[in-house]
Amino acid sequence: MTKTNQKNRLTSIRKKKKKEERMAFAFLFPSLAGLILLSLIPTLISLYISLTDWVYTDGLWNWNFVGLKNFIDLWSDGWFQKSLWNTIIFTIVTVPAGIFLSLVIATLIDSFCGERSSGVIRIALYMPHVCNIVATSTIWKTLYSSYGPVTNLMRSLGWSNPPKFLANYTWALPAVMLVVIWAKIGYQVFLYGAAMQSLPSELYECASLDGANGIQKFRRLTIPLLANTTFYMTVTGIISSFQVFGYVNVMTGGGPKDSTYVLVYYIYKLAFQYRRTGYASAVAVILFLVLLVVTIIQYIHNNKINRD
Amino acid sequence: MARVKEVGSNTPQKRLLRFSVTTLIVVLCLIMLLPFIWMIGASLKQEADVMKKGISWFPNYWYPKNYLRVLGFEGSVDYHFIEGYLNSIKVSVLSAVVAAASSCMAGYAFAKLKFRGSNALFILYLSQMMIPSQLTLIPRFVIFSEIGLVNTHWALILPKMIAVSATFMMRQAFMGTSNELREAAQIDGSGEFRIFLQIMVPIIQPTVAAVFTTQFISAWNSYLDPLIFINRTELYTLPLVLNNFVNMEGTQYGLLMAACCLATVPVFIVFLCGQKFFMKGLTVGAVKG
Repeated sequence: MTKTNQKNRLTSIRKKKKKEERMAFAFLFPSLAGLILLSLIPTLISLYISLTDWVYTDGLWNWNFVGLKNFIDLWSDGWFQKSLWNTIIFTIVTVPAGIFLSLVIATLIDSFCGERSSGVIRIALYMPHVCNIVATSTIWKTLYSSYGPVTNLMRSLGWSNPPKFLANYTWALPAVMLVVIWAKIGYQVFLYGAAMQSLPSELYECASLDGANGIQKFRRLTIPLLANTTFYMTVTGIISSFQVFGYVNVMTGGGPKDSTYVLVYYIYKLAFQYRRTGYASAVAVILFLVLLVVTIIQYIHNNKINRD
Repeated sequence: MARVKEVGSNTPQKRLLRFSVTTLIVVLCLIMLLPFIWMIGASLKQEADVMKKGISWFPNYWYPKNYLRVLGFEGSVDYHFIEGYLNSIKVSVLSAVVAAASSCMAGYAFAKLKFRGSNALFILYLSQMMIPSQLTLIPRFVIFSEIGLVNTHWALILPKMIAVSATFMMRQAFMGTSNELREAAQIDGSGEFRIFLQIMVPIIQPTVAAVFTTQFISAWNSYLDPLIFINRTELYTLPLVLNNFVNMEGTQYGLLMAACCLATVPVFIVFLCGQKFFMKGLTVGAVKG
């Protein structure tokens, strides 16, 4: 091989590399453009305007830097405290309740129903998840109304004077939480069902040969074996319950008073009704920080699994 | 499921247990579906019959007028219900197409093409998973209103260009395909785009279908974004039409239930027809083990 030949080959390889690089950016272009323009830049803008007292009606560049004032104000803002507290209660109740119920239901389906019937049951449970939030919320709002079936049911169970659930300060939040648990359970049963398919059946056979009963098998085998799925569902559950908005907006509109205010609802109110854009961004940043912590915990946990 | 077939599973007691648990589960399913069953019954009742003491499931006589009013064939108010349906279908299909296409291309680049900074860029992508869409909502509204996209469906579709978890799934799928196939096609002189479209995409078709399905469902159910970006009635998607409906006809429960029925039942039917496909799509990338 002559020297020039070799040189030509080298340049052609280099050219090919260059070409591949250009190709890669062509492939990445749409999603990269979306990433920069609709996620990265908006995030930076949000972080910045959370430090300003911008009111949307003041016009676009009228950003007045106030440092951490918004966050200090939030600290003593009763509506914010209530929204945060409600969101936390919402998460503490709906996530474990949903996971527990769906784990029990999925186990019952898996161990007692045939292939056919379990398919039908899973579909039936899944239905609330596929139809849109506004429709399910409207249905439940009607069910909860003062002569709706839920209230009538309470009457027939002997509760002589049931409250208007969604218009009662103490009952509104539990009523909304019940709907959210109901709406999500099908999806969770489905995920558990899928995970159970891949559990080793030998372990269960051994356990029954050793005389373990159903409850023992559930406690000693199913729960530990599904730990990763449970963890995944806890994390995604926390994330999505911190972002709850639709059910609250349709069913109660945050009320009565502040009883069902949640973080995203408060952001929505502040930004798009009171036009306090800077202050609303500060609430959004707090939401972001909470979810960031959750995601970091998930990341550490996943790394641990991968190392083991 | 095979786990049931254990030693002595056919004794009478076991069979009784199995029967009773199955009944229990069926009852549970019925409870889950009761709101929908009541909805159908109430939608066919006259207004005065809907809210009474005691629970009645079905109307004494059928009253289909609610449906005609919702669809705008009767009564003086046009609720734009059919338009809302069409808008929702349009937005959801386009969103799913945009998300699937852009994540597929990006996933391919990350999995198969060598370029400087690919690792750093991928980490940047992953970091976007931590950002809740509510954080970017206000700036997106500002940007879209500056460039005149508020009150267009593009404001709902364009943000789907960046679907991080979908990109991640696509990358995983492409990494599972063999390199020899791609090299062979290259030697035959095929260009990168042709290899991508005619060889690689068909191989990972199940993942593409899964991404399409999940994105479609999420766009179909999306509520907060349309609420903020769309405020012209003729552009309303279905959730907004319903929302508007609830605000206008707050206590006309029969009418409301007819609207909810029209919004949910067709979706159920589509879901039932394609359930095998949907359920497969939903497990890909959801949980492993």
